[in-house]
Amino acid sequence: MQEIFQYLPYSKPFLFVDEILKIDENLIEGTYRFSADLDFYKGHFKDNPVTPGVILTECMAQIGVVCLGIYLLKKTGDLVNQPNIALSSSEIEYFKPVFPGESVKVISKKEYFRFNKLKCRIEMRNSKNEVVCRGVIAGMILSKKAVFK
Amino acid sequence: MSEKEIMDRLKSIVKPYAQRQEGLDNFEESTDFINDLEINSANLVDVVLDVEDEFNIEIDNDSMEGMLTVGDAKSIIQNKLKHP
Repeated sequence: MQEIFQYLPYSKPFLFVDEILKIDENLIEGTYRFSADLDFYKGHFKDNPVTPGVILTECMAQIGVVCLGIYLLKKTGDLVNQPNIALSSSEIEYFKPVFPGESVKVISKKEYFRFNKLKCRIEMRNSKNEVVCRGVIAGMILSKKAVFK
Repeated sequence: MSEKEIMDRLKSIVKPYAQRQEGLDNFEESTDFINDLEINSANLVDVVLDVEDEFNIEIDNDSMEGMLTVGDAKSIIQNKLKHP
């Protein structure tokens, strides 16, 4: 599981994966803790730090789509070092705020992985096991043959 | 299945993904998915998956790569229906 990390194309301050708890061809579960000293808390919001929805979405995408995608590509032997990837769609609803210092768990179920596109149904839960946000995110692996337009 | 029926079914599949109305208004065999309908490569995958469900066929990677126009899609469908 940990070798997935070496293929992740992110680093601090934009890496939002701490640990992968479970992974197979159809499902991934991972965690991340939002450290209170993350820079965006200074401005979102002024004197009232709350994790931005876009960052929650990014965390869901990194664990739920990118980590799972790396695992799937590794399985088929199609993984190259640092694959070029792109977010292609996201449709998320948000239910609970995430405050500085909170840990979240992301659970992602594969809908399909075809023609270099991975689409997943993803949920984020807080430490009380309440649903923070949920929705559908898809990403593409970009190769020379399939140029994203 | 008649050509017209294939084209009609294709058009209804493509409709929710098309970003350019003129492309849909002039929907014909030479219509290009990316240039005329402005469907990006990510949504083109969904078009292909919907085509598979609608016509009960399987489309492989090579066919997908050759599917640039509505006419290409129609030929692929006709071929798969003839030789499943």
